Amino acid sequence: MDPVFLAESFQRLLGGIPLTLKLAASSVGLGFLMAVLLAFMLRARLRPLAWIADTFVFVFRGTPLLVQVFLIYYGLGQFRPALQDWGLWGFFREPYYCALLALTLNTAAYGAEIVRGGLQSVPAAQIEAARAFGMSGVTLFRRIVAPIALRQALPAYGNEIILMIKATSLASTITLMDITGLAHKLISESFRAVEVFLCAGAIYLAINFIITRLISLAERSIAPDLQQSEVAAIVH
Amino acid sequence: MTPLGVRVQSKSFLELMQWGPLGWLDEMVFATGLTLAVAIVSFLFGMVLGGLAAAGRLSGSRLWQRASLTYTTTLRGIPDLLVIYLFYFGGSAALSAIGRLFGAEGFIGIPGFIAGTLAIGMVSGAYQSEVIRGSYLAVPPGEIEAARACGMSGWTLLRRVLGPQVLRYAVPGMGNIWQLVLKESALVAVVGLSIHLAEIRIGDLLMLHEVRFSDLLRQAHVAAGSTRQPFPFYITCVALYLVLTTGSSWMFRRAETWATRGLQRG
Repeated sequence: MDPVFLAESFQRLLGGIPLTLKLAASSVGLGFLMAVLLAFMLRARLRPLAWIADTFVFVFRGTPLLVQVFLIYYGLGQFRPALQDWGLWGFFREPYYCALLALTLNTAAYGAEIVRGGLQSVPAAQIEAARAFGMSGVTLFRRIVAPIALRQALPAYGNEIILMIKATSLASTITLMDITGLAHKLISESFRAVEVFLCAGAIYLAINFIITRLISLAERSIAPDLQQSEVAAIVH
Repeated sequence: MTPLGVRVQSKSFLELMQWGPLGWLDEMVFATGLTLAVAIVSFLFGMVLGGLAAAGRLSGSRLWQRASLTYTTTLRGIPDLLVIYLFYFGGSAALSAIGRLFGAEGFIGIPGFIAGTLAIGMVSGAYQSEVIRGSYLAVPPGEIEAARACGMSGWTLLRRVLGPQVLRYAVPGMGNIWQLVLKESALVAVVGLSIHLAEIRIGDLLMLHEVRFSDLLRQAHVAAGSTRQPFPFYITCVALYLVLTTGSSWMFRRAETWATRGLQRG
């Protein structure tokens, strides 16, 4: 093991962090909005809406992300003339947008189930009580449903975010130079897989460690009962 | 008219997906079998590793606890693709070095399938160890105490009391991990272009031919490239994966019913 090579690889791999984080942040953000929409569709009284959401979730959770990436990047390329006519070719020509789309749709499908679980966990009595106070619609959702559902869903959603950080590595299969893409390039140049793996692995672990910490901080800040139990632990 | 004057005859979906030499359906189905085989082998390999890691976490030895914890936390925090690259390129380098010791010349590539299977097995083992550990902890300690009081120990205790219960608690979690492994198996396509064994010469003793195998995604990719009609193949790939995941989730539900048949439902 050569410390000079290790340091050099590490430095080059650091250059991939912005792309990895950008892909992860945008797909998690957009995916969350879509997940909320899907979760409401899943619970919709209008059956066709629920079927559409159900099918979407079924297909995207039942197939590998890499297949979805290839389907969007390579598969849709077949319809280039049509996409050009619709002015969409500029989007589907770019590997970055294809990767982002695949990641977003994928995390939306998983997120929809998490959000639905969160919404389901809101006790009916709480909603009844809120209605008795005259709340309805947006107020009811904002004050009662959303906080309880969020608290319930956050740990699972945190897991999903970690999975997404790892999933962004698939973008490297369609020529993007994220951390994994750079690692692959370095390995093919130097044939020193172990050293490069150690550096890239350390970077991913560090990112995931920081995110785990941030999520548990967020969990604590929106869950007063957790704070209280800590106080109780100190008092006892 | 394309600039080169070459017209690519585009075929309908049904023409492309014929069974036999004219279409690609037989290749796609064969590749599905191979993908299933990769998933099963890596799942079982992961189960062995997961069992060992769980035993390590539960053992009294600090060293084993540390080692198991390091294994499970690192492999769950690193992208699988990176682990596959490690096994593929690192494995090839190691094989070449060993080959040189025995007088083989040049570079020996580790087959992508083997590298991929080992890598996915390693990663799934990290997840499986958590399921196994959780299931073990779910067994009421009183039962183990009772079994010991009856004079059981070691193997008998494992076979009669622990095994059946750990298995029962583990089925749903293992089902989730199986789904994960099945989907991760697509990553083998990235390195599993073909089983390419470079000419290994030890004197004149050994000559290895190149053998081509493709997993489902790789097969779709190859077919897409040769027909220049990618969409039908990737969609078929999606459909076949859905068959695999739906079919196996049904089987795991059956297994769960079977494993909990002795339990009273409240």
